[in-house]
Amino acid sequence: MNGYQIKNNFKAAGIHGFLLLVTATCLFPLFWMVRSSLMTQATIFTDQSFFPGQMHIGNYAAAWMDGNFGMYFLNSIIYTVCVVGGIVLIASLAAFAFSRLEFPGKNFFFYMFVAAMMIPLPGGFVPLVVLMNKLRLVNTRIGYILCMINVGLSLSILILKTFFDKMPRDLEDAARIDGCTKLGIWWHVALPLARPAIAVIVIFNALNVWNEYILATLLLNDRSLMPLQRGLMVFQGAHSVDYPVLMAGLTIAAVPIILVYLVMQKQIIKGFSSGAGENIIFLGKRV
Amino acid sequence: MAVVGITGCARNPQTDNTLVVWHWMTDREPAFEVLAARYERATGIKVRFELYAPSDVYSQKIVAAAQARTLPDIYGILDKKKIFAAFIDSGFVADLTDYFKADEGRWGKSLFPKALAVNRFEKGNSFNVPPGIYGVPIDVTNIQMVYNKKLLAHAGIFEVPRDFDEFLEMGKILNIHGITGFVTGWGERWMVECFASNYAFNIMGQDKVMATYRGEIPYTDGDWIKVFNVFQRLGKSGILFEGIVTKANKYAEQDFALERAAFAFNGSWCVNVYHDMNPDLAYGVMLPPPVNRARPMRIWGGAGSSFHVNARSPRKDKAIAFLQWLTAREQQVYLSEATNNLPANRNAGASVTPALTQFAEGMDHTTHPTVWPYNEDALVTEVFDKAIQAIVIGEKTPDEAAREIQAVKERRMKKKR
Amino acid sequence: MESLTLKKVAFSDFKDKCGNLFFIVPAVAIFAVFYIYPFYKIFNLSLHEWDGISLIQTFVGFRNFRELAVDKIWWSSMGHAAYITFIALTFQNALAFALAVACDREIRMKRFYQVVFFIPPILSEIVVGLIWRWILDAGTQGGQQLGLLNHFLVTAGLPHLVNDWLSDPNTALTTIAIVHSWKGFGWGFVIFLAGLQTIDRELYEAARVDGAGPWSIFKNVTIPMMVPVILVVVILTILGSMQVFILILSMVSQGLVYHTEVPVTRILSAMLESNRFGYACAMGVTFGVVLIAVSFIMKTLSDRFKQ
Repeated sequence: MNGYQIKNNFKAAGIHGFLLLVTATCLFPLFWMVRSSLMTQATIFTDQSFFPGQMHIGNYAAAWMDGNFGMYFLNSIIYTVCVVGGIVLIASLAAFAFSRLEFPGKNFFFYMFVAAMMIPLPGGFVPLVVLMNKLRLVNTRIGYILCMINVGLSLSILILKTFFDKMPRDLEDAARIDGCTKLGIWWHVALPLARPAIAVIVIFNALNVWNEYILATLLLNDRSLMPLQRGLMVFQGAHSVDYPVLMAGLTIAAVPIILVYLVMQKQIIKGFSSGAGENIIFLGKRV
Repeated sequence: MAVVGITGCARNPQTDNTLVVWHWMTDREPAFEVLAARYERATGIKVRFELYAPSDVYSQKIVAAAQARTLPDIYGILDKKKIFAAFIDSGFVADLTDYFKADEGRWGKSLFPKALAVNRFEKGNSFNVPPGIYGVPIDVTNIQMVYNKKLLAHAGIFEVPRDFDEFLEMGKILNIHGITGFVTGWGERWMVECFASNYAFNIMGQDKVMATYRGEIPYTDGDWIKVFNVFQRLGKSGILFEGIVTKANKYAEQDFALERAAFAFNGSWCVNVYHDMNPDLAYGVMLPPPVNRARPMRIWGGAGSSFHVNARSPRKDKAIAFLQWLTAREQQVYLSEATNNLPANRNAGASVTPALTQFAEGMDHTTHPTVWPYNEDALVTEVFDKAIQAIVIGEKTPDEAAREIQAVKERRMKKKR
Repeated sequence: MESLTLKKVAFSDFKDKCGNLFFIVPAVAIFAVFYIYPFYKIFNLSLHEWDGISLIQTFVGFRNFRELAVDKIWWSSMGHAAYITFIALTFQNALAFALAVACDREIRMKRFYQVVFFIPPILSEIVVGLIWRWILDAGTQGGQQLGLLNHFLVTAGLPHLVNDWLSDPNTALTTIAIVHSWKGFGWGFVIFLAGLQTIDRELYEAARVDGAGPWSIFKNVTIPMMVPVILVVVILTILGSMQVFILILSMVSQGLVYHTEVPVTRILSAMLESNRFGYACAMGVTFGVVLIAVSFIMKTLSDRFKQ
């Protein structure tokens, strides 16, 4: 081994060491969650060891059945899919327009969306619920979905516009010369190129909807419409907390979102590995 | 089908025979379901309990429903008397006085007067609400001190402290044995208020406290300094559990259940928690040790949870009938046994566990802000609670705190004129 | 003749541009209904005194704003949020950027790291609050430290560093800021990584061919290309950190005196504890204006930086 290789190895080792340290702090809560979910209410505080003496998987069954998880799980999936799908469509259309098209009032509308992100409405929930009552959308799935689409809209538009701005114009021009409509450019050129950005807003909004609790409780009454977080709340009594079952429930709740992230994360790194050349050929075949 | 499932139609219009109850009591949901089923079998009327937790989200839901005029038939109001009065003023709460008085007052007499008092507005009350009873208590509670017999014995203590000085002395002895003396949830403002109020009543009596609220006596008065001194002494003595001022009561309960502290300040609901977390816990209940032994110690207590009837509900009479059933002896016994809480019905007492019986014995000493003729301004209360936290951690002296609170009080009094 | 043709072109151009409006119609429609109306209500309410229940609301003009202007606790809560934001902007984002750069290269276990770093944002606030409370607990039982951090300090031979992290006015806010950064760096990481991935690799090749070293490439290729993404992350960090509150509630309950107050906890306090809806709305509006001003400044600075 020469000096250059040794230095490289040290550098690599240093980087990996740093990465592993951060990894440890990130994995610890997950590990703790699972470990706690395998204990019983009696041992969860007294047993300080890292691995429980006896594995008590009954908690998972209890969380699923007592918590009525099946129904809440399905609701959460419906809400997440609808909201994320809606946002990707609506936000990408708008972001494309803000980035690439001209129309009267463009700047005004864009800054309106950006400003909306700045003004928090913690307390905006109550007027929102009153409004939803007037619109007869209270206690309906579509009402909740529309509200949640609105929640994620501004940010998604901002992120997508930023990525659309960076798109090379030659692809777009090529498509236009080939006779593509504006909508066609959006669908065939912009969306595929912005895949990493779309993956980001998918993850972001999926997480928001999956973990959302307050608006769901305020807007929905029927238990059959409630999402997963509502089911978890039942394990947290005002005083008694059934920790092991709660941890089991939280673990079950974390799995789908981790899966979504895994899938999306592949999209993020797939984006531009071989550069723009790939996409021109792709277009040539299509149009 | 799938489309309908996803878009979801508005819920089915309520049949005339279904009562809807909104509540926040996660721990009692199973018991409520059982009772609802029993009621349906007995009368054919369906009762649907809907749970919205935690309690701050529940409060927001009630406020939103009030503004949208969609309050259910039966619900609770988790807020100060002033807000309770606002609900009544706006026509959201039915006046139940006549029902309580009917039949020579049969319903009213079956319940503890202190439980009813929380729901009652007296003649000439400062909220301008017509006198009467506007809610139905379903249980009673009070807040006292609990002590761990085993930990105390370990330190050679076999009697409860008779006054505050003895309490602090015991704290020192416990520390020598590596045991923390006292834990409670002073991360929650109302817990600070409760403890302070108990000692204020003990040191200067209710009248003087009321006079302070009216603005006639300043917080810099010597008696109030004595109240603040209580907290300073606690903070300096080493008896307090670490992080007590950022602890939610829920965590303080767990600390006591896990035998990490010898004393705790908590309400009768803790019996259920301790039973769940540590069934073998050997503990007793006592009043907080007084500073002034000449005056009896007053504690906070009265109705635990109360339900109100929506005055605009078309099923008002059915709702009231249900609540009468809910507070009848048999249902109260069931509720009390199922959820380990004290019943509101006077004749249901025989069913409670020994630990709860000890709590019940304190009901004679109870009082509550909702039954006082005056309440302090909400902003002054906030400054008061926060100043006490500062005293506990040693950031402020009692004198500094008193001056700060008095300054805010004077500002608020000026605004009101 | 020529001017008529020009006018025709201009008109069809205008028609074309109006057609583009359809792209933003769905977004604006939803926005108008679900945001503008509640916002209008909030702004309207900020000009009234109301407890949230009574049928009457009293119009008081700008009195709430005047009271807010001299509310020391409100402005110090802004300062606390600004402090948390500062820690997030520096510590959290530097960490996220460094990690993204490290993972952008072809290193082993890249996939694994990408998953792991995103776990803290995924975890619900419940778990994060619970676990960190346990780690930072300052209690003792039978002479043993109950909290993991203090326990570790004692066993590592540093008992004098043991502290009540969440109840000591000197450390409480910083502790919260660090936990918040820990929870949030995964976001910056994901966005930075996406941004790094969209940088044309050919630029790197060209620079390398020109003989530039790694640091020079970083300074002259990576950073400039990443400026818009960095700006987005900065804005997101500011917005997210200024609005933190659930984490605070779960770690210090209703707060350590006034040391852990942030704007959102003040708004909630005014709404639910003091029952002053109008004042709470005035807080919300003021908060929004401050955030807009800050973002505007950031945008102007970044525009100037681009030149």
